[in-house]
Amino acid sequence: MEMSALDVLNAMKNDEQPSTKRNEPEKEIPNDMTNDGKYKVLIENLAVSYNGKKAIKDINMKIPDKAVTALIGPSGCGKTTLLRTINRMHDLTKGAEVTGKIIIDGENVYDSHINPILQRRKIGMVFQKPNPFPTMSIWDNVAAGLKLNGVKDKGILNEIVEDSLKMAYLWDEVKDELKKPAVALSGGQQQRLCIARALAIQPEVLLMDEPASALDPIASQKIEQTIIELKKHYTIIIVTHNMQQALRVSDRTGFMYLGDMIEYDKTETVFKNPKKELTSNYVQGRFG
Amino acid sequence: MSNSERRLEFRNYFQDNLGKRMVTDKIVKIIVISCVVIAIIPLGSILADVVRMGIEIISFEFLTALPGAAGSGDGGIANSIQGTFIMIGMTSVIGIPIGVLSGIYVSEYANSRVGKMIRFFNDVMMQFPSIVFGIFAFLFIVLVLGKFNLWAGAVALSLIMFPIIARTTEEALKLIPDTYREAGHALGLPKAVVTVKILLSAAKGGIITGIMLAVARIAGETAPLIMTILGSKGWFRGTETAMDALPLTIWRLSLLPYDEAVMFGWGAALVLITILLALNMSVRYLVLHRKGGSGSLGMFMRITGGKK
Repeated sequence: MEMSALDVLNAMKNDEQPSTKRNEPEKEIPNDMTNDGKYKVLIENLAVSYNGKKAIKDINMKIPDKAVTALIGPSGCGKTTLLRTINRMHDLTKGAEVTGKIIIDGENVYDSHINPILQRRKIGMVFQKPNPFPTMSIWDNVAAGLKLNGVKDKGILNEIVEDSLKMAYLWDEVKDELKKPAVALSGGQQQRLCIARALAIQPEVLLMDEPASALDPIASQKIEQTIIELKKHYTIIIVTHNMQQALRVSDRTGFMYLGDMIEYDKTETVFKNPKKELTSNYVQGRFG
Repeated sequence: MSNSERRLEFRNYFQDNLGKRMVTDKIVKIIVISCVVIAIIPLGSILADVVRMGIEIISFEFLTALPGAAGSGDGGIANSIQGTFIMIGMTSVIGIPIGVLSGIYVSEYANSRVGKMIRFFNDVMMQFPSIVFGIFAFLFIVLVLGKFNLWAGAVALSLIMFPIIARTTEEALKLIPDTYREAGHALGLPKAVVTVKILLSAAKGGIITGIMLAVARIAGETAPLIMTILGSKGWFRGTETAMDALPLTIWRLSLLPYDEAVMFGWGAALVLITILLALNMSVRYLVLHRKGGSGSLGMFMRITGGKK
C-alpha cells in the first residue's frame, strides 16, 4: 500500500500533537468585520513588552482562513513583534514577555500544555532577509525541516521538495541543479527557496516578515505572485513597508502605530475609505 | 559672516593641512610594514635553521628505526614519531569533545552570567604554565597508579587543549547570525537539532581552526610529558607504561654533548613541524573543500571516489 507524502505528514502531526482541544466560547472581538469566511487565527488582548517596555498593547484581531492579512505601519510600530508572537519566536528573545491569547484552531498557542516546537511545525515563517542554511544544497534546504525532524524516506522527501519548490515558483529555475549550494542562488531565488523551505513542513499558517524588502522590483513581483497563489491553500500574514504591495496582495490590512492596532479592516476599506484620520494620513503618504 | 563664506574657510583649512596629512599617512605605513618585518624575522630564521639543519640528517632509517646508542649517529626517531601520533590521538579523544561541547554550552545555552564565569575560567586556564598541568597529572594519576602512563600525559595535554577549543568554538558560533537560529526554530526543530545540524555545520571552519591550533600547541608541549610519560627508547607497549614523543626527544637530544645527538634533535624538530603542517592542511582540505555530501560518510566517499 502506498502512502502519499501528505498522509505521512498528517499521521506525524496527529501522533505528536496531544488532542486536548478546548472549545473556547466565541468572544465578541471589538474590531470585528463582516464575517465572510472562517477565521484561522484569533488574537485576544495581546501585549508584548521587552524588558518591561511595552512594544505592542492590547491587540485584538480575527485573521481569516485562506486569505492574506497585511500588517502595515511606520518602523518601530510593532508589526514584526506582533507577527513573531504567532509562532512563539519571542520564546527565544531574552527579556520578551507576552500576555494575552493567540488561538489557532481553538487552541491557545500560549497555553502551558502547548509545546512551542510542535506548534511551530504548523506555522511556516519567511524572514526579511533570505536566510537559506549556508552549508546546505538547494535540496537539503527545502528538505531540512522534514529531514532534521526524522523523515527519512527519500521518495517522500523528493516528492515534497518538488511540490514545495513548485508552490514557491522556483522549481523550473533550479530543477537541474538541486545539489548546488543554496547560497549560489540570486537574492530573489534565495527568498523563494526560503518560502519553499517553510512550505515543506506543510504548515497551515504562513508568516512573512517583509519578504520582498531586500529584493529588486522584478524579484518582489515574483514573490507577490507566489503569495497570491499560496493563499488558496494557506492563511498568510505578511508584514510590509510597501503599501502598494499590501494593496496588491492582501485581503485584510491592519494599520499599526506606536504599538496600537489603529485600524483593521478589508484592505480596500483601509486604503480607500479609512475610518481613522491617522490611517488616512499614513496610507496617503503624509507621514511614516 | 555668511554661511557660504564660512564654508569656504573650512574648505581652505582642509586644503592647507593636506601636505601634513599625506606625510602622516606615509609614516604610519612605514611603521606598520617595519613591524611586520620585525615579527617575521625570528619566525623565518627559526624555520630556515630547522630546515637547513634538519634536512641533512633525515633519511629512511632516521624515520623508521629505533634510536641507537646516544651520540653514535645510528638509528632514528621512529618511536618518538609514533608516540607523538598516539599522544595527539589520545589527547584529542578527551580534549575535543569537552572543548567543543563546552564552547556550545557557553555560546548557545548558558545565561550571560554563567557564560561569563566559564569564559573567565577558560581564559585563566589558557594562561597557566603547562608544567602545572604536568604536575597535576603527575600527582593525581602517575603517583596514584604508581607508574608513568600515557593517559596521564593525555589528561595533562587535554587540559591545555580544551580551553583553546572551547573559546574558538564559542567565537565561531557567535559569528553565525541569529537569523539562521530563527529559521531553524521556525521549522519546528528542537534546539539541539538546530545547534548540531545547522549551527555546527556553519561554524565548522572556525571550530576546525581552533582544533588545529590546539593540536599544534599540545604536539609541541614538553614539560607536561616529562612528568607523565617520561620518555623511552622502545616502541609503544600499551598505555600503562612510559613512551617517547618528539618534543621529549628534541629536548633530551639537545642537552647531550655529542654533535650527532644535536643533529638528531634538529631532524626531530623538522619532522614535528612537517607533521603539524601536513595534519593541518589535510584536515582543512577534507573538512572544508569537499563539495556536496553531508557528514563523515559523504566525505569518505568523496575521497575514495565513490558515489553517494
